Amino acid sequence: MVQQPAQGTWVIVLTFAAAFLLAAYPLPTGLRWARPEWVTLVLIYWTIALPQRVGIVVAFGVGLLLDVLEGSVLGQNALSLSVVTYLALVLYQRLRVFNVLQQASVIFVMVGINQLVSQWVQNLTGVGAVSLLFLLPAFLSALLWPAVLTVLRGLRRRYQVA
Amino acid sequence: MLAGVLAALLITADLRLNQLAATRALISAVTFPFYWVSDLPARFSNWGEENVQSRARLVDDNERLRAEALLLEAQVQQMAALRAENVRLRALLNSSALLQDDVLVAELVGVSPDPARHLVVLDKGSSEGVFNGQPLIDANGLMGQVIEVAANSARVLLITDATHALPVQVNRNGVRAIAEGIGRLDRLELRHVASTEDIAVGDLLVSSGLGGRFPEGYPVATVTEVEIDPGQAFARVTAKPSAALNRSRHVLLVFTGGAGSAD
Repeated sequence: MVQQPAQGTWVIVLTFAAAFLLAAYPLPTGLRWARPEWVTLVLIYWTIALPQRVGIVVAFGVGLLLDVLEGSVLGQNALSLSVVTYLALVLYQRLRVFNVLQQASVIFVMVGINQLVSQWVQNLTGVGAVSLLFLLPAFLSALLWPAVLTVLRGLRRRYQVA
Repeated sequence: MLAGVLAALLITADLRLNQLAATRALISAVTFPFYWVSDLPARFSNWGEENVQSRARLVDDNERLRAEALLLEAQVQQMAALRAENVRLRALLNSSALLQDDVLVAELVGVSPDPARHLVVLDKGSSEGVFNGQPLIDANGLMGQVIEVAANSARVLLITDATHALPVQVNRNGVRAIAEGIGRLDRLELRHVASTEDIAVGDLLVSSGLGGRFPEGYPVATVTEVEIDPGQAFARVTAKPSAALNRSRHVLLVFTGGAGSAD
């Protein structure tokens, strides 16, 4: 099989930039826990769609950027996103044949694991969450998965990202 | 696997060795624009509110501000006399003179997305002389301290963050205590206050300057609750921060004589 030349890198970069923007967008105090994990969702999508291009190395880099953005311990998101991407790399062939609902339930578990790992690292620094609210983003992310999937797949086909 | 080990190393390095500040500052140059852009809608709406106002409203505002200015000016007249008196008394007591603090106006452009932390991002950085550990105040009181400086942005730890504590004293009688954040924006708790201590609801807590980090005399919080349980060794004192921690947009970075070292 002939390796296709990589193209459309800018689309991937732009979608990550958009996810970072949504991740930094200020939310009202009452809704602080209700932020979907945009970056994780975008990362999972690209891993499933292009496992030969987006993998653990990208996840680690994106995680580091996210750490600096959030001001959390360097390595916190790098670790959790690497774990999630590893899972996505193992599961991508199955995920591709799932329908949207099945995918969303797997996404729920994957983002949940992301949150758990992040929480675990955060607890090392002494500022853990006091309730199970930190799992709320996993639920919201699963709810949003169909929309994210539609938009990103549309972009990928429109700009022939391969 | 490798990524996991690398991440673990990074976490340890950041937590235990504190050697990554420079790296962080460098990467901040990439991440700060995200805060700046995400702040644009709020900026636009502020601009709109300021520019698209009815005449009646502007006249109203003008009148109110003029009255306020008059009131403040009257207070300042007294202040001058009081300050002179204070300096004289201090000279009599042979204590050191109070320094006047310089300030730098900064704008708050972002709030850290992590809901468990109380961190905000400012649009001023080391190029304007901002340094690690610098105190931040707003019009009403002490807000927090700078914990991370990049060239054009800085991250501030608010006094209500669960990892923050600062030495305070009761304005009324000088009783000292440590005010700790508990991760709630409207609440501080005083640690290790003896049940017999003279602290009452409504007391103003001001920074005591003992930690060497914050300058003395800035309002920090007002005591809202004093609970004395005979079964406990200490009284439970909670207070409400004076600064509008979740509303202030324009804030002041304070330059004092001696800058404390960052830890």
